[in-house]
Amino acid sequence: MANGVEEGMEASGGDHREISVAEFFEKNKHLLGFENAQKSIITVVKEAVDNSLDACEEDEILPEIHVLIDEYSEGKCRIEIRDNAIGLDRETIPKVFGKLLYGSKFHKLQQSRGQQGIGISASAMYAQLTTGEPVTVYSKQEGEPCHRFVVRIDTEKNEPEILEDEVVDPESDEFPGEKDYYFDHGTSIEMNIEAKYTRGHHSVYNYLKHTAIMNPYARIVLREPDGNKVEFPRVSKELPEKPKEIKPHLHGVELGVVLRMIDNSNARTVSSFLQEEFTRVGRTSAQEVCDEAGVDDGRRPNTLDKDEVEEILDAAQRVKLQSPPTDCLSPIGEDLMEKGLTKELNPEFTETITRKPTVYKGNPFQVEVGLAWGGDIEDEGSFEELRYANKVPLLYKKSACVTTKAIENVSWNRYNISQTGNRPQGPLYISIHIASVWVPFTSEGKEAVANYDPIRKEMKLALQEAGRKLGKYLKRKERKEIQEKKKRKLTSYAKEMGPAITELAGEGDPEEIEAQIQKLVEADYNPEQL
Amino acid sequence: MPKKEFENDERTLERLKHLGKKIRNQLNDPESDNLTIETKVRSRSNVNYDEEDGRLELGDSYSTRKFLNISHARKFMQTLMVASKTKELVERGRTASIREIYYQLKHSVPGLDENTFEDQDESNNVVVDIETATGAIREDLHLFAEPKGRLFGPIKIDDSGDIIDGMNMGTSGMAINSIVDHFEFVECEADFILVVETSAMVNRLVEEDFHADHNAVIIGTGGQPARGARRLINMMHKELDLPVYVFTDGDPWGYYIYSVLKSGSMSLAFQSDRLSVPDAKLIGMTMEDIEEYDLHHVTEDLKGKSKDNGGPTKDYKRIHDVMDYEWMQNDDWQKQFQKMLDMGVRVEQQALASQSLEFVANTYLPEKIEQDKFLD
Repeated sequence: MANGVEEGMEASGGDHREISVAEFFEKNKHLLGFENAQKSIITVVKEAVDNSLDACEEDEILPEIHVLIDEYSEGKCRIEIRDNAIGLDRETIPKVFGKLLYGSKFHKLQQSRGQQGIGISASAMYAQLTTGEPVTVYSKQEGEPCHRFVVRIDTEKNEPEILEDEVVDPESDEFPGEKDYYFDHGTSIEMNIEAKYTRGHHSVYNYLKHTAIMNPYARIVLREPDGNKVEFPRVSKELPEKPKEIKPHLHGVELGVVLRMIDNSNARTVSSFLQEEFTRVGRTSAQEVCDEAGVDDGRRPNTLDKDEVEEILDAAQRVKLQSPPTDCLSPIGEDLMEKGLTKELNPEFTETITRKPTVYKGNPFQVEVGLAWGGDIEDEGSFEELRYANKVPLLYKKSACVTTKAIENVSWNRYNISQTGNRPQGPLYISIHIASVWVPFTSEGKEAVANYDPIRKEMKLALQEAGRKLGKYLKRKERKEIQEKKKRKLTSYAKEMGPAITELAGEGDPEEIEAQIQKLVEADYNPEQL
Repeated sequence: MPKKEFENDERTLERLKHLGKKIRNQLNDPESDNLTIETKVRSRSNVNYDEEDGRLELGDSYSTRKFLNISHARKFMQTLMVASKTKELVERGRTASIREIYYQLKHSVPGLDENTFEDQDESNNVVVDIETATGAIREDLHLFAEPKGRLFGPIKIDDSGDIIDGMNMGTSGMAINSIVDHFEFVECEADFILVVETSAMVNRLVEEDFHADHNAVIIGTGGQPARGARRLINMMHKELDLPVYVFTDGDPWGYYIYSVLKSGSMSLAFQSDRLSVPDAKLIGMTMEDIEEYDLHHVTEDLKGKSKDNGGPTKDYKRIHDVMDYEWMQNDDWQKQFQKMLDMGVRVEQQALASQSLEFVANTYLPEKIEQDKFLD
């Protein structure tokens, strides 16, 4: 997506008129998840919720998020999304919601949900396009007054146009939020959009449910258009560890990115540029790379032409560099994942696996897998898949996703799970999470993760490990059921045998004999028997 | 009718009581952690052919039914239920059909979604188990089956005080009960016994007065002979010294009927000496009859696939099964089966009607007997 947008931005010169990002968006809104009314409402909620969760985690606040949806006229919804994050200062508010490509994460290499700083302003744009109405934003920082802005985007200049700007008294009726929750800090955004609210696989409800599973430390409340209120409760007060920022690794960086880095860098020599801007490059390795590329390491970086930079990147592949550090990853961890699955699905058995971080082409990534079986999960034939990239649910393009391929690579019937074709069957949820600074999506829409061998392999290993545990549980359960059934049978048979034995032997008391048989049955019963 | 008292009753009661006591002892024995009943294995692996005797006999392998083994438990319970029921029968001097026993004992097992017996096969099977476990045979246990088979011919039988005249039975004949041990042969003018597989052939021979004209006791088995008919043939052969000629279809099923009458069956191998007649001979149909009596146009093609043609299946498979039995390893017999395979046909008794209805009674059977043309 970033590339697409950049091309739009840079399409200047000659007698071409400069088109603004906003204009570009108008023409390409399908790239951002706004292709139809059903999907658009999910995208709007998703962008806002992702931002809120990121913002809360950034400041180690346990997230509290409200999503309120009203259908105010046929096919049009008013959407309000509130969070309790740290809030925005007065200057930032209009830019965040009224200017595309403005965001806190755009220049950082750090694992986070949103990345391009385009999502929420795109939503605002979509609102403006479909209903003609501006967005309203409330934001309050701790100890500061609550600001209310009404903003629209000037699509030609890609600049926010502030229609209203005022301070709201928290005691007044205008203050957002019902009295059921009070916030001393946080942001609330309200917009009217063209939307179709549905239930089912692709729905706001499902998106939030999946989010709740992967973020069990968040409390999320949804009010649907019909007034129905759904609460996804918080079951943990423990936030996952905050990811550290990371510089790019020479093995995984693209030429265009390096060229931009050179432009922005203050380094005086190629050697120091490599050392300062990239991870795991020391003096010696910088020297080695330059020697290998045939480039003088003392040159000023901005004297390098495109071919020379490419030469350096090629050379780096031939030089042994330490793998990047992996503390830039923030998996949610086996415990939290289990809590999430348990609270939303109430299964009979859960197993979660967090793999150790791995590196693919200089990019660290980590895979987590959870299996939930039985209990309240209904057996609808095929299993249900929960896919996540950096804790964000992926709802679309399932069949193109590496997760689906990984699941199909596992021989489930080895784990006492029946299979149709390659797909496991039964009351089963499989959740797969990939955490990475750079998740390789198959397309701009960020809806499916590319089928790369190392990623699929990690997922398969995690699934197998969890599968083995589930298989063991199912086996034991089956044995127990067999044992119980046997006991039930023998107990009943004993009742028939008591009188028969008495009659045959011509002596004894039927009840006493039955009791003796029951004692044998009892001694034989062993649910743990192998 | 008067109470039935059999000469073995006392011994039978002892045997049943012994079974009950054995179970009780196991219950009282602190060392014993299971309940078991020993029965003889009745599958082919434990059936031997005694060449000298010409009979099948049961080997010595025992199988132990264990109550705590879930695949035995149900049968274990059933065995005890039927055994205690038969004890009651013997004590009260009553007899009952195995169908009555089935109905007397069938009820739903409390607490389970199943019946003590789901069908009569289950209880029938258990009866045979009790026979091998106790050594008391079904007749001793006062159990009888449906009558099967019928008799015609110059013989008078005393059945519980009534005298039955085999020449005086109209076109239906005397029905052969499953218990015949108490029969007494009062008078006999027969020269031989002719055992006939199909009911239609029996009717034909009776209509032609074959039994009167040739002094024959005709016994129709209606297919595979029942225990009563086999016992009766055995008794008549032993006590009256009558030769036994068996008349079946010329196919593997017919020949197997002959082998059962002659050597015994696998499932009742433990009673072969009571039920079989090793001297019995096959009078027909043989494969040579096809040539001899010009029956080519009335043979039936064998069903299924031959061994060389992806088989053997159906008829072909049955031929191979029967010709592989130990007691069929005799050149004359192997030749019959080989011919059957080579020609790819079987021939029924009724095929003889292609000559004329009377042909079988007036020509075919008399010729064979006169010329002593039997398969042994």
